[in-house]
Amino acid sequence: MSVFIDKLFSVPESPTPFRTMVRKEVGDHIRSWRFITMLLLIVLTFVGAMYISLANIRKVVMEVNDPDHLYVYLKLLTTAGNAMPAFHIFISFLGPLLGIALGFDAVNSEQNSGTLMRLLAQPVYRDNILLAKFYAALLVVSTLFLSLVLLMIGGGLLITGAPVEATELLRILAFVAISVIYVGFWLSLAICLSVKFRHAATSALTAIGIWLFFTVFYQMIVNMVMAAILPDPAYLDPQQVNAFNNLILSLMRVAPSQLYTDAATTLLMPSIRSLGPLSMEQMAGAIPAPLSFMDSLMIVWPQVTGLIAATMACFALTYYLFMRKEIRH
Amino acid sequence: MENPIIQLDGLTKIYGKVKAVDNLHLRINKGEIFGLLGPNGAGKTTTILMMLGLSDPDAGQATVCGINATRNPIAVKRKVGYMPDNAGFYDNLTALENLLYIGRLNGIAEQDIKARAQETMQLVGLSDALHKKTSAYSRGMKQRLGLADLLIRDPEVMILDEPTLGIDPSGIRDFLELIHHLSRQQGLTVLLSSHHLHHVQQICDRVGIFVEGRLLMQGDIDTLSGELFGKESFEVAVTVREEIPREGRLIAALQGMNSVVGVQVNGQTMDITCSTDITPELVRFFVQQGLNITGVQRKAYGLDEIYQRFFENNPKKVSA
Repeated sequence: MSVFIDKLFSVPESPTPFRTMVRKEVGDHIRSWRFITMLLLIVLTFVGAMYISLANIRKVVMEVNDPDHLYVYLKLLTTAGNAMPAFHIFISFLGPLLGIALGFDAVNSEQNSGTLMRLLAQPVYRDNILLAKFYAALLVVSTLFLSLVLLMIGGGLLITGAPVEATELLRILAFVAISVIYVGFWLSLAICLSVKFRHAATSALTAIGIWLFFTVFYQMIVNMVMAAILPDPAYLDPQQVNAFNNLILSLMRVAPSQLYTDAATTLLMPSIRSLGPLSMEQMAGAIPAPLSFMDSLMIVWPQVTGLIAATMACFALTYYLFMRKEIRH
Repeated sequence: MENPIIQLDGLTKIYGKVKAVDNLHLRINKGEIFGLLGPNGAGKTTTILMMLGLSDPDAGQATVCGINATRNPIAVKRKVGYMPDNAGFYDNLTALENLLYIGRLNGIAEQDIKARAQETMQLVGLSDALHKKTSAYSRGMKQRLGLADLLIRDPEVMILDEPTLGIDPSGIRDFLELIHHLSRQQGLTVLLSSHHLHHVQQICDRVGIFVEGRLLMQGDIDTLSGELFGKESFEVAVTVREEIPREGRLIAALQGMNSVVGVQVNGQTMDITCSTDITPELVRFFVQQGLNITGVQRKAYGLDEIYQRFFENNPKKVSA
């Protein structure tokens, strides 16, 4: 028994190189100014969003027409005032910035300062270096998001006194997981650019350029192109209108932020039944009631898979570039 | 060649159309200090990277400590310490933290890592600057820290790439003496690359001259100078106050002396090439002739001359 306890509590004699690297990367992140800035920004929006939703919570919960009105904690996360959008909308554009901030100089700064060479001369596998950087940043991000929502639940418990339902907790945890994956996508994109470009400034600007394109210009371009090729809806039958609407939605979903917002909204609002247009026949006979967690997850499954796939593809590309990189400077 | 610890057989690396390393054969014995000399871009660093398995050779193989470096780089890196040129450190960490990180990556047990790091820092003479951030380190201190970085791993072989680059002359001497001392004390094999001949000359047992991817010659410095300069390996320059006539009795008498190979007059200076060291005899001769000697300089062939002589023979390759 005592042997077992000893094993349980003793630090392993020498942690593997991977764990050592993760430890160092996490340490670097939480001490770096840019992470502290991002942290302050996110905490600030979180507190702001919570403040607005707490101020409105009484009104929202009393609204009997809303099938979700009894999910107090989900309401806390999604209620938006006039002044401020909901927290997950904030994350849809702060998340990329966080990912980019944590990854844009991951490899090139080490290469330029000559530490990459020294690191590679140690008995470590090359891919472990990349993996450690990705893993450490994701660890930091997950800890951040998880502690934020747990704080929110704790605060909500104190203020409202309403008990947390299991399905609410599940939905909130799923929301955290999706947020982490979303940041993970931008992180792997940023790391990929940091392998590709020698200068940290180039990779940062490119990453921010891609982010801006998807948040601002992409929707404009899709709308413009569709407006140009779309015939006047007055001459179309409803089925064709429907088909065009679906096409526009599919095009919009190329942007990761759209995928994320879709997934987060559906998970946090249990009464959402479909992300596309529904016909009258489909709606007929439906009782406006919240869906179960599994059903909501089924609706957003394509979005979740899309996000995971995009993250994986980006990471795979990074891996390929890094393993083939000539490390001489 | 009793016990080669580094063995390169036909090592070749091609970048595009350029052969960076061309069919290199080299053996380095245990406990030896070997200097790899050559101008910039000669392929020294590429060779070193291939020895560590950080770059794959296009042909041939590198065997270090009996291990194939390309197939099993991790095992080689456990035994070989490598200090790259421009070794960088994490500027936001102190020197000790940098060293601890490397120690942990090498799997040194957590309980003795700190003591070992401090010991190593003392060994390289940095125990005063243990808790200083490495961004505040001078170039010479960084080189020492780089050495500590190797020593904490207790390597069998140390590979130092341009270790003397950017340090002031007295720093270089100290640094090289430190390497020499450590190598002799711990029986380490050292391979150091440089394009500064003087530096390497002081401590190397053997050197190899490496130009355009090929090892032109190797051996100790005496052998090398013998090979390049043949028998005429001593040169004495005598400067006198009087103008020396280009022809005449004096020259004839000099040429008549034993072991004098050639005489060259250059205004007031006379360069006498001879097969053995006869400087005292020459001075006595000049005094007897009634000449006022203002300077006598015996030239031993160092690497500089070897280098220069080599490039004189291959004028298109002077790029260093």
